[in-house]
Amino acid sequence: MSDNIVEIDNLSFGYKGRLLHKGINMSFPRGKVVAIMGGSGSGKTTLLRLIGGQLKPTHGKVLVDGKVVHEQDRHGLYLLRRKMGMLFQFGALFTDLSVYENVAFPIREHTDLPETIIRDLVMMKLNAVGLRGARNLMPTELSGGMARRVALARAVALDPEIVMYDEPFTGLDPISMSVTCNLIKKLNDALGATSIVVTHDVKEAFAIADYVYIVANGVVEAEGTPDGLRQSTEPFVHQFVHGDVDGPVPFHYSAPDYRKDMLRGHDA
Amino acid sequence: MERTTIDLWVGIFAAAGAAALLGLAMKVGNLTSSDIGETYTVTAAFENIGGLKPRAPVKSAGVVVGRVDAIQFDTETYEAKVTLKVDKRYPFPKDTFANIYTAGLLGEQYVGLEAGGDEASLQNGDKITHTQDAVVLEKMISQFLYNKASESNDKKETE
Amino acid sequence: MLNAIAGKLRGIGHRIIDRLWRLGAAVRFFGYTLIYSGESFRRLHLTIREIYFTGVMSLVIILVSAFFVGMVLALQGYNTLQKYGSSEAIGVLVALSLVRELGPVVTALLFAGRAGTAITAEIGLMKTTEQLSAMEMMAVSPIARVVAPRFWAGVISMPLLAALFSMVGILGGYLVAVPLIGVDHGAFWSQMQANVDFQADIVNGVIKSAVFGVACTMIALFEGFDAPPTAEGVSRATTRTVVNSSLAVLGLDFVLTSFMIS
Repeated sequence: MSDNIVEIDNLSFGYKGRLLHKGINMSFPRGKVVAIMGGSGSGKTTLLRLIGGQLKPTHGKVLVDGKVVHEQDRHGLYLLRRKMGMLFQFGALFTDLSVYENVAFPIREHTDLPETIIRDLVMMKLNAVGLRGARNLMPTELSGGMARRVALARAVALDPEIVMYDEPFTGLDPISMSVTCNLIKKLNDALGATSIVVTHDVKEAFAIADYVYIVANGVVEAEGTPDGLRQSTEPFVHQFVHGDVDGPVPFHYSAPDYRKDMLRGHDA
Repeated sequence: MERTTIDLWVGIFAAAGAAALLGLAMKVGNLTSSDIGETYTVTAAFENIGGLKPRAPVKSAGVVVGRVDAIQFDTETYEAKVTLKVDKRYPFPKDTFANIYTAGLLGEQYVGLEAGGDEASLQNGDKITHTQDAVVLEKMISQFLYNKASESNDKKETE
Repeated sequence: MLNAIAGKLRGIGHRIIDRLWRLGAAVRFFGYTLIYSGESFRRLHLTIREIYFTGVMSLVIILVSAFFVGMVLALQGYNTLQKYGSSEAIGVLVALSLVRELGPVVTALLFAGRAGTAITAEIGLMKTTEQLSAMEMMAVSPIARVVAPRFWAGVISMPLLAALFSMVGILGGYLVAVPLIGVDHGAFWSQMQANVDFQADIVNGVIKSAVFGVACTMIALFEGFDAPPTAEGVSRATTRTVVNSSLAVLGLDFVLTSFMIS
């Protein structure tokens, strides 16, 4: 068995002939936290969907636990997905179920455990995210940060080997942000799982990740440990890590010369 | 707890729906009146049945005694062969007269039986020989117009 | 000039192809729903829950409308029948109109407006908030868990609602015809019974409403499932549900009626 639980091999993906990814290679070692970073619209979330088998690659392949994801039939795909847990950007809690039932959902769907054991499992997971007391609330009564923690409890309800996080820090206040940050690290260690974190928040990602990929223009622009990337002198990496306004990624959307544009006085 | 109240409501809904279906079948429809119990079958030939339909009532003295079972076209006599199912409780004499009547001016058509004087009763599979056709409105009207026309012609000739 | 015409034609062609594409997708979706139905039957409480949301929640609007439709039918019918001196036939008129046509059709139209839109909006919202994706990632098929129970709930609810509609409509007609106008009580019911056929009228009415149930629920589910995952997309899908369901019901009604009458 390979050391990498997920491997992305020369992957290309695009809609209607326009490629979003052009030959991406990544590997995710067991037990590590790996961050995939990149600007908005660089196809980071799409990568997660490719790993989860919700999309089929145009070229190349994704291997999960040694199996090619897009070659699986429905049954095989569902078996692979049982090894994965995914935290969606805004939690994606089932709005018609209570917090308790949301966490119990994957357990009820995939096992025939008696109610008392389900209750114990749900309580353990909710306790781990600190929301055991909120079990009877409905998702609409939760704040954004709480909803994401419940979703996290649900994602790890069946102790997955791979946990994927889609923008877990977006729209959170600083406290919720560091709470979530800590949780990801803690759960990763407690479960012995591999975590794949998709984000554009440099500070949080660098704080928890063992390894970081930076994606831009459909390719892996840079990769390395957080420390390594911080030291990098490459202009793009420097701009991305430090959030400079102008650099290889220009501030201006491509436009004709400013002076000429102003002097012309009309658009035609 | 919530689930049990939902179950209750769904139960009420299903029961009410089933009751409505049953009500439609019994009270509104003719499911109850259609099975008249045991019947015997007789046939009758008509030159013209008008708008008579299968399942139309068979009445005698205004009482429903049976139903029209089937209507066929006899290719030998070029007549309509109407099969009637009559309740076993109502025997009719052999020389019973079968008419096709219309209920009201525009109502549906039914078969009327008028008992004759024969001592022997109609048996299963017998044929009623005395029949009278349905009144066809168009025929009546054209006859009327024809008569009128010939009347006026007569008048013209006498003038 | 020629270019403009060619452009128009191309636009029309694109739209037609797009419609066909969606129709094909809808048929495939219907097929999947049937295939996954087995899984949803094993969790019967899901279907019962949805019968509550589609059937029971539609009861009030269906019953109130039925009552008024029946009363109006009796009033209008009496006015016309009385001219021909056959006002006792009012019961037949009310019952036949309701059982054969108005019961199934109006119930389906109201159902599309009440339950259909709710289904589309709910599923569209589940898609927008990634709940369906989350289910997929949990190795649970949304078609088995979300779509199939709603589908069967709709198919079961519709004939029951239509039967209730017809029954309450007839009661409404009775209230206007007998106590209000003064048609004979016995004539009202006996004429009705003599002229409403169980097979030709009542069973066919039930068949109609079951077909409408399949059509309305399927359209509502597909529109929700196919909605672009934005607020605007969901609201448009909801509108499409009402428009497409109504057209489908009226079109199917014509086809079914012509089959049943011949």
